[in-house]
Amino acid sequence: MKKFLLSSIIIVIGITFIGRLSYLQIFRFSPTQIAEDTAIKAIYDYPERGYIYDRDGNLLVANQPAYDVMVIPREVKPLDTLEFCDLLRIDKKTFISKLEKANTFSPRLPSVLVQQLSKEDYAGLQEKMRKYEGFYIQKRLLRYYDTKSGANVLGYISEVNDWEIKENPYYIQGELTGRTGIEKQYEEVLRGRKGVKYIQKDRFNRDLGPYRDGTLDTLPIPGQEIHVTLSKQLQEYGERLMNGKRGGVVAIEPSSGEILALISGPNYDPALLVGRERSKNYNKLHYDTIAKPTWDRSLLAEPSPGSPFKTLNALVALQEGVITPKTKFRCYNGFYVGNKKRGCHCGGGVRDMNVGIYRSCNAYFAGTFRKIYDKFTTTDEGMEVWEKHVESFGLGNYLGYDLPNGRPGRIPGVSYYDNVYGDNRWASSFIISNAIGQGEVAATPIQLANMTAAIANRGYFYTPHIIKKIGGNEISIDKFTTPKHTTIDREHFDPVVKGMAEVYKRGTARWLKIPDIAIAGKTGTVENFTIIDGERKQLTDHSIFVAFAPVENPKIALAVYIEHGYYGARYAGHIASLMIEKYLKGEISRTDLEKRMLDKTLEHEYAKPHSGEDFKINEYVW
Amino acid sequence: MSGRTWLGRIDWLSIILFLILTALGWVSIYSSTFSEDHTSIFDFSQLYGKQFFFIGISIAIAIAIMLVESNFYERFGSIFYIGTVVLLLGLFVFGKTIAGATSWYDLGFFNLQPSELAKFATALALAKYLSDIQTDIKNRKDQLYSILIILIPVLLIIPQPDPGSAMVFLALIFVLFREGLPLFYLALAFVFVVIFATTLMFGTIWVSIGLVLIMAIFFMVKKATLRVPILPLVGFLIVAIGFSYSVSFIYDNVFEQRHRDRFALWLRLEKDPEKLEEIRKTIGYNTYQSEKAIESGGFFGKGFLEGTRTKGDFVPEQHTDYIFTTIGEEWGFLGTSLVVVLFSLLLLRLVNLAERQKTDFARMYGYGVISILLIHYFINIGMVIGLMPTVGIPLPFFSYGGSGLLGFTILLFIFLKIDASRLN
Repeated sequence: MKKFLLSSIIIVIGITFIGRLSYLQIFRFSPTQIAEDTAIKAIYDYPERGYIYDRDGNLLVANQPAYDVMVIPREVKPLDTLEFCDLLRIDKKTFISKLEKANTFSPRLPSVLVQQLSKEDYAGLQEKMRKYEGFYIQKRLLRYYDTKSGANVLGYISEVNDWEIKENPYYIQGELTGRTGIEKQYEEVLRGRKGVKYIQKDRFNRDLGPYRDGTLDTLPIPGQEIHVTLSKQLQEYGERLMNGKRGGVVAIEPSSGEILALISGPNYDPALLVGRERSKNYNKLHYDTIAKPTWDRSLLAEPSPGSPFKTLNALVALQEGVITPKTKFRCYNGFYVGNKKRGCHCGGGVRDMNVGIYRSCNAYFAGTFRKIYDKFTTTDEGMEVWEKHVESFGLGNYLGYDLPNGRPGRIPGVSYYDNVYGDNRWASSFIISNAIGQGEVAATPIQLANMTAAIANRGYFYTPHIIKKIGGNEISIDKFTTPKHTTIDREHFDPVVKGMAEVYKRGTARWLKIPDIAIAGKTGTVENFTIIDGERKQLTDHSIFVAFAPVENPKIALAVYIEHGYYGARYAGHIASLMIEKYLKGEISRTDLEKRMLDKTLEHEYAKPHSGEDFKINEYVW
Repeated sequence: MSGRTWLGRIDWLSIILFLILTALGWVSIYSSTFSEDHTSIFDFSQLYGKQFFFIGISIAIAIAIMLVESNFYERFGSIFYIGTVVLLLGLFVFGKTIAGATSWYDLGFFNLQPSELAKFATALALAKYLSDIQTDIKNRKDQLYSILIILIPVLLIIPQPDPGSAMVFLALIFVLFREGLPLFYLALAFVFVVIFATTLMFGTIWVSIGLVLIMAIFFMVKKATLRVPILPLVGFLIVAIGFSYSVSFIYDNVFEQRHRDRFALWLRLEKDPEKLEEIRKTIGYNTYQSEKAIESGGFFGKGFLEGTRTKGDFVPEQHTDYIFTTIGEEWGFLGTSLVVVLFSLLLLRLVNLAERQKTDFARMYGYGVISILLIHYFINIGMVIGLMPTVGIPLPFFSYGGSGLLGFTILLFIFLKIDASRLN
């Protein structure tokens, strides 16, 4: 037995060792070790972020240098603190506490002492920098905006957070990434790819030369410039018109789906989110929960579309053959649902489609809507057909455009009403509000603009998109170049477009016509309720307007949504006409309209529900 | 058979394993002390150049050993022993101090470390004493003398101070067990080590409960077949629980924090991540770095001269006590398991050889050789991979150091010579 004791001990030790070694080298080994290896230091070479230009090649976003003062605490020699603080424009106490903080972080590694010096401070400091050992200036590139507009659509960049680092192994602590808008959507294109040099370090963190003779090193791939579909001129002009107003404006080129302007009010200068004041400004903007400037209304607001939606009901009814353009309905200054009367402002009388559209007659469209449903034996069937037609205009679901934010809007279907009212406990009279674009239907401004583009094209649209060129090459993405056809045949669009053109000639927008340009449009006024102190209260209506121009061969289609703007022709209609003129002619002939929009703000309307006092709504006087 | 010379009876397997291990060791030393400016393996200004020279000397001495009559070693065993004891004593007067330990003689071209030579000398002396016809291991007095032979070098080496090397001699007690010292002592020592460790890990209460349970199960099982003496069982239980209690008392009240840290590190007692981080930077630095270096090698390793932690000198004493980390980082699991297998094979082969010896002296010396090699291998690799507390002793044939290599070569080849001459 003793003979085998030693042999067994040897074997047991051998097995234990191999067990432990397999735990260390197989189980605990992680293949991503090169990033974690303390013996290898990765030095990154960041390419310059790509510039952003508008559709005509005008610069929107570029880069500007910023200068950080860095410190390596161990190398700091005694210095004239007062003079140095003076140059840095900080006080001595801050200086000392920052130095201590850097030392706690690491005496050997560089820390930022002062971030983002201005060019002037940098110029003064640069000459004297040699005197201060252990300090140096590091140049960084920040975004520079060549416009004061488009903050939300352009987006901004900021440091990656822990979650993003975990999600995407490309990023490491302290790197920048596109946070919203175009910067986020085209992050990888704009960013390029950082280069990396691996340096072998010893345990004192001294360089021992390149790791593996630099065979794993990579060169940076520069970020590419992009051209976006926005028109800088139109975007800036639109934002000026939005002065003091909340809402969203979206302009699209119908023949391509290119987004010409994407405006959200209230707007703010994109430069606020760059530089030393970034986080202060961000908090100010982001935590303004009343005006919500960072909430992009052009993509995220989901109001009921109001009267512009009537055009779709007309198209559906024509397609289903339940009316002709000649079919007439009588308006009794309103219409009856059961024995309840709903009002109408068209003036009353017998209405055909043309008048129904240009005077926006509620009774006409209630009648039309009923006819669609009456064609089918059950309401469910009618609703499914109606829903299919309406959704073919890009409503009720995400549009699929190339921006990171969006909402589906809502086209209520059978299941929606079954949920709300119970199975088979509702009828077409329940949903009559949908006839006039009130009630349960909801759409974002970009959906409305796209719907308008589809009407402008007489039956199809291109998915709206913001990208035009990457690195100077026109994009060719199938999704954006293939037309999406609606379920309505081309011939049914003519009477509807005619009605929309009449809106400008003698209808609800006759005061807004532009010389020499044939515009088709539709006003919308959407009732607006809120809850104040637990009580449902009506506020001033939202003003909505959709339009396209010229009527033949349309170059621009747009939707304007102005919160608390009252009736459609008021704020939304003004802005739509002015933007069309600006885009098509480059100058404004209706300076009366322009002056009104630049001067008038709606701040007083927005303040009303927060005043705590009783207030009037829908005040007619300007 | 009679026609064959001793040359034909040499155990070539052991010699081949010895050569492979030495070669691997040299490659590892080359890698861990490599610098771009000196690439010649004969560059004696570099450590690997020196080690290359020592390997040459060792092989020359190995050949010389094989040429000497085998009973020379038995006859002069005591002389070697006395000689090394004198050398150890001389250190107190002429010793050269390196890194705080006065363990070397400065011979100009190299530093001689007598404790390395004392290993084979003590093994020889012990074997010679035990194999004497007059000696009976069952006899208390002889037990005492045997232990004294082991303890003299231990007592001379501890004050150098070099507790690691001193501890190695205690492994020779294995020889005594092989020759009749009751295994009960060994089992008892093992049980107390286990109680010691488990008490630190789980506390006295759980250890006591565990002991009582084991006793109860033992009692139930054995009762059926034979009468169990209850009294000694209960006596042992009381002693064991008392031991467990005093361990935790001494640990908490007598030990200083630095002692506690060592045990905390070994038994992974510290769970607080902040304190762990602190331990990694101080007392646990070596262990942490060596584990990390080995871990980073993965299955296949990073390749010869590609170990980043080796190049960056992250592991302290890498060419000596922590030489195994170079294997781990550059050759991965394939390399480390190969080394473990090679050592196991060599040791098992030596056990086999020892058991086939015809004379008591040869067998006892053989066991001495195995004990000394085994304890080095066990403690060194155990320490490097984080299973054993930090004890500074070299890995035989691997670690840089002329005296060590020479000592292990002599130790092994005397035995191989004796084995080759066993029929004469």
